[in-house]
Amino acid sequence: MYIDEAYRVKVGLAEMLKGGVIMDVTNAEQAEIAEKSGATAVMALERVPSDIRKEGGVARMAPISKMREIMKTVSIPVMAKARIGHFMEARILEALGVDYIDESEVLTPADEEHHIAKRNFKVPFVCGARNLGEALRRIAEGAAMIRTKGEAGSGNIVEAVRHMRTIQKEMKQLTVLGKEELVAESKKLQAPLELVEWVAEHGKLPVPNFSAGGIATPADAALVMQLGAEAVFVGSGIFKSSDPEARARAVVKAATYFNDPVKLLEASEDLGMGMVGLDISKMQESELLQTRGW
Amino acid sequence: MKKVGVLALQGDFEAHARALERAGAQPVEARTAADLDDLDGLVIPGGESTTMLKLLNRENMIEPLAQFGSRRPIFGTCAGAILMASEVTSPAQQSLHLMDIAVERNAYGRQIDSRVAHISPESEFETRTHPGELEAIFIRAPIIQRVGPGVRVLATYQGDPVLVEQGQHLVATFHPELTQDARVHELFLAKL
Repeated sequence: MYIDEAYRVKVGLAEMLKGGVIMDVTNAEQAEIAEKSGATAVMALERVPSDIRKEGGVARMAPISKMREIMKTVSIPVMAKARIGHFMEARILEALGVDYIDESEVLTPADEEHHIAKRNFKVPFVCGARNLGEALRRIAEGAAMIRTKGEAGSGNIVEAVRHMRTIQKEMKQLTVLGKEELVAESKKLQAPLELVEWVAEHGKLPVPNFSAGGIATPADAALVMQLGAEAVFVGSGIFKSSDPEARARAVVKAATYFNDPVKLLEASEDLGMGMVGLDISKMQESELLQTRGW
Repeated sequence: MKKVGVLALQGDFEAHARALERAGAQPVEARTAADLDDLDGLVIPGGESTTMLKLLNRENMIEPLAQFGSRRPIFGTCAGAILMASEVTSPAQQSLHLMDIAVERNAYGRQIDSRVAHISPESEFETRTHPGELEAIFIRAPIIQRVGPGVRVLATYQGDPVLVEQGQHLVATFHPELTQDARVHELFLAKL
């Protein structure tokens, strides 16, 4: 593994975010609510995923003025989304000084073949993945944090569960393989052998693995944490619910006490209505965000 | 073997647990006031101090934690150092007043200003552990702007104290738990 000092500093911030909740926000007012609720970081974007779904059009990096406003308002880390492959949006976000860039399938991809060469940046990147091969390709490109993709803006946890279970199972399988089998596995996963070998030896990713895409309740957050997520991203789930602040606080509590059903019960009381969810099995393939990127 | 709690509300508590094991202690994750009961000491890890503070208040753990600190040693890194200070700025926030230090949050800047530094600790630190420079990983780190008369500085970086002790307590603004060097954790265990 090519772990130099710069990369350790990038992964270091991901380590600090473990056990916490990163919340999607579109303006300073939402960022303030997120921070007050106990978010470990906010993710700045133009529109939350469920609105992107509804309104359509090209989803781009958030307006600079909004991001500046958010950065001025909160003292927690501010992340921002860039389009897949759009390394110039990423350069602009780096110049702005955001703390993490999410090269995200939630925005409209700018390049259908290439992801950003993330090692060339000083700012760290997080990327989505649905399986181990995808996760390791992103790490090979320089991602310092992985989040399972789930299905953003759906309010439905089923895809987040599928992706987390898939990655965990594929990692477990590697740990029982011999050296020569790992070479074949590396070919199958389309991922560098040295990363495949690292996972086989340690049984986990070399960077923190968080969960995203469909988390709408404290129980959802606890579920993905039980399955191996080290922290959670919540997008539409908070600001599309009837009482965002109460829900944000509850999800924060659930991420900490994911192993304590009594605390989870407390977190689940008096939340008002959750966001309206989508049945993913009834959606067209073209409506899915998770299939963006490779 | 000493039983050392790691406050596991949020942050890099797993990295601290592994570091404590390397230094020869038994780590225990602490998430409630009851979890503090039979511990010999406690580590407050790195993470987001605002998040930890909110959970501490909501779960009624501020008073139990302050009381624990009056009886037993606590070691805080980064966010832990912020929580243990007597004064916090940028912005001002509540703290446990366990150490007579004033701390400025995110004082080096944003994540692009995070860094790895190689620092020479004070001879006092080397005498009590082993000689050799410290690899100090600063992540959106705070700066200790003032230390009270009872506080001893064990290492500095660019003229600012980064590892200090007062009585039984120890704080670092960097992250020894993210390195393989167990000396800072060993120094803490020697206080138990």
